Amino acid sequence: MPAEAAESVFPQLEALLPHVQKPIQYVGGELNSTVKDWDSCDVRWALMYPDAYEVGLPNQGVMILYEVLNEQEGVLAERTYSVWPDLEALMREHRVPQFTVDSHRPVRAFDVFGLSFSTELGYTNMLAALDLAGIPLESKDRGIDDPVVLAGGHAAFNPEPIADFIDCAVIGDGEQAVLEITAIVRAWKAEGRPGGREELLLRLARTGGVYVPGFYDVEYLPDGRIARVVPNRSGVPWRVSKHTVMDLDEWPYPKQPLVPLAETVHERMSVEIFRGCTRGCRFCQAGMITRPVRERSITGIGDMVEKGLKATGFEEVGLLSLSSADHSEIGDIAKGLADRYEDDKIGLSLPSTRVDAFNIDLANELTRNGRRSGLTFAPEGGSERIRKVINKMVSEEDLIRTVATAYGNGWRQVKLYFMCGLPTETDDDVLQIADMATRVIQKGREVSGSNDIRCTVSIGGFVPKPHTPFQWAPQLSAEETDARLQKLRDKIRGDKKYGRSIGFRYHDGKPGIVEGLLSRGDRRVGAVIRAVYDDGGRFDGWREHFSYDRWMGCADKALAAYGVDVDWYTTRERSYEEVLPWDHLDSGLDKDWLWEDWQDALDETEVEDCRWTPCFDCGVCPAMDTEIQIGPTGRKLLPLTVKKAAPTG
Amino acid sequence: MAYSAGFTPHPKVSYANAAPTGTGSEAEYLEIALTEVRDPEQLRLLLDESLPTGLDIVEAVEARTSGLADRLTASVWELRLDGVEPADAERAVAAFEAAETVEVQRRTKNGVRTFDARSAVVGLQSSPSHRSPADRPTDQPCAILRLVVRHVTPAVRPDDVLSGLRAVADLAPPVPAAVTRLAQGLLDEETGTVTDPLAPDREAAATEPQTAGATAAATAPA
Repeated sequence: MPAEAAESVFPQLEALLPHVQKPIQYVGGELNSTVKDWDSCDVRWALMYPDAYEVGLPNQGVMILYEVLNEQEGVLAERTYSVWPDLEALMREHRVPQFTVDSHRPVRAFDVFGLSFSTELGYTNMLAALDLAGIPLESKDRGIDDPVVLAGGHAAFNPEPIADFIDCAVIGDGEQAVLEITAIVRAWKAEGRPGGREELLLRLARTGGVYVPGFYDVEYLPDGRIARVVPNRSGVPWRVSKHTVMDLDEWPYPKQPLVPLAETVHERMSVEIFRGCTRGCRFCQAGMITRPVRERSITGIGDMVEKGLKATGFEEVGLLSLSSADHSEIGDIAKGLADRYEDDKIGLSLPSTRVDAFNIDLANELTRNGRRSGLTFAPEGGSERIRKVINKMVSEEDLIRTVATAYGNGWRQVKLYFMCGLPTETDDDVLQIADMATRVIQKGREVSGSNDIRCTVSIGGFVPKPHTPFQWAPQLSAEETDARLQKLRDKIRGDKKYGRSIGFRYHDGKPGIVEGLLSRGDRRVGAVIRAVYDDGGRFDGWREHFSYDRWMGCADKALAAYGVDVDWYTTRERSYEEVLPWDHLDSGLDKDWLWEDWQDALDETEVEDCRWTPCFDCGVCPAMDTEIQIGPTGRKLLPLTVKKAAPTG
Repeated sequence: MAYSAGFTPHPKVSYANAAPTGTGSEAEYLEIALTEVRDPEQLRLLLDESLPTGLDIVEAVEARTSGLADRLTASVWELRLDGVEPADAERAVAAFEAAETVEVQRRTKNGVRTFDARSAVVGLQSSPSHRSPADRPTDQPCAILRLVVRHVTPAVRPDDVLSGLRAVADLAPPVPAAVTRLAQGLLDEETGTVTDPLAPDREAAATEPQTAGATAAATAPA
């Protein structure tokens, strides 16, 4: 990159800001943001969460990597987010490129452009960012001065739909992976960039931990299914492995969480208390691809909370994980933190709490400072039968007992989350959700002695995901999903005695079909994403921007040449023999184990959690050379004697 | 820091008369209530350190008087009009000053609103021409206006005065004006300028022993 190409575009951008909504989101300079000297760094990363600032800034993944990279000598990382359509139009008109919010440098000036995909609905935003950055949309058209476009995040476990647009993908934990990639980029640059882009990608691919789609050819069968996926360069592995960070206490990031300038979706500090989950819910991609469970110790958590609060001034701490009440020392953690911060107006929250792991002592600790407004649980399925299918083993008795305790202790509102369209589901399974909500209200009125209590049922369509036992399952069509939701709604509304105490929120089935197409798609789906982008598609995770008709129209045209269609990708059940588009991306899960688990699901057979019962051979630990890391450590959080010395203000 | 009472306590911070989005300011004022007495200079340093570059806490004084907001009756603004010939700007200013009233429109949440932008303006001058401001060297012409405007309801903002200049003299800057608030305070009707709104507190603090209470802080984003 010539030096002038890396100069700040802020003067040009500033002139546009008076004309856009929420200009503050583009100016950077947040507390704990980092701007390093450009010229004294030799490896430079632009990190993107491909959604608006208000969604992207609190993202833990980006925040962690930003800090891990910026801590390195000679390495800098800056952040970029999706610009709203109003600014995009002005940037195109005035030729202002996609910029980082930290020092407003053009994204194209960086060595690596890393994107974190929590959801597939960010794909069109990636194309918008590439286009605005002046980086060719397709990997094959990029030159030596273009950054390496790297995808990560959960959606990267099947990067095939974006295979044409990215140069490479990393699956799994990023902390160590970004450092390995940095070392390779640094060496290649120091040697004078031998062999150009191809050589750099080859060096990355040969580690076995970076997937370069361009080094694999996909062959198809006449019926449209994949015949095989073959490396087309020597030294490129047949399968690419996921990355797993062991000993979370060694990686206490973010140490200095970013404090947003504009309002964001999470106005709190988050501390990840463990990674991975082995509860074994069969619909849950996050639980399957992040195994094994690795806990942060109680004292490690205490240190992170203390340092993070000091660095930020946040007033709420979220104890984050896939199922936070499952931490082996959660009771002591909650009590210890509540004791420490009782006088400081610091609230604690525990997202993702299972009904069976919930207990009232824990809830009391969490609400010591605050109010008891609502509790949220996710039974996911309405009937005992369907909960066996999905292996979410929460009995209705557990739930009723838990809500009874909650209502008896002052809570007035319980939210219940469900999915519609689970494998083998019938109308009856979904209609039982209404019965469950009725029993919750009944019990609530009984124990609280009040009619002023509520239960909200929130339900959305299920989307089968790669690397789960349901990866072979047929997705329920949007029409059938909507019809089933309508029946449930009618049943709840028709309940004269309890219906008025039951709220009903739902997401219609259409966005789920697009998500399904993207999550289980193959490389041919790339043409659909491109067509939707060209037609103006952006911000697909936002109801006001999402257009189902645009996606279906583009899919019809783009897929016709291949003899497949949206139904083929979504509502079609796959067979054991079928080569799945993501088979060459190794999450550690044994495919035969996944298939057995899928068969167990159909037989309504449950599987236990390997934290508390013997290993059931999902394959992850031996394949990835990892192990379960859990407590209890037996340690306690001591009072912070220095607490009063902290500055007031 | 002190918190409000009630169901969801909020920190007691009040921002007086904040500058509109998209403008610069060297003179913003806010009041922060504390629960115990602190050295204002220490507080200033701590706040300054935790704010982004460009947001500087210039001075903090202990509030000994009430009514800081009441002492902010007018603002002095600088409006830099890149690409505008100073002579054109002077003509427009003269036409604006000569007018009894200047009706302008502004889009608000409740639709378009029409009001007079002239009567609140205490002074409007075109500064002597300088072709290239130090921070943005260019060959383009550049006019600089200095505006003293009374805080009234509905507020007359620099934007509204620019709309007024367009209305009376068709002055249309090719790029958005760079607008910076230089000062806020009590309007001195005789001189047509503003006085330091923290002066009474500073004087009181110098003569009386320290008391518990609130601290007023002045910030100036560059």
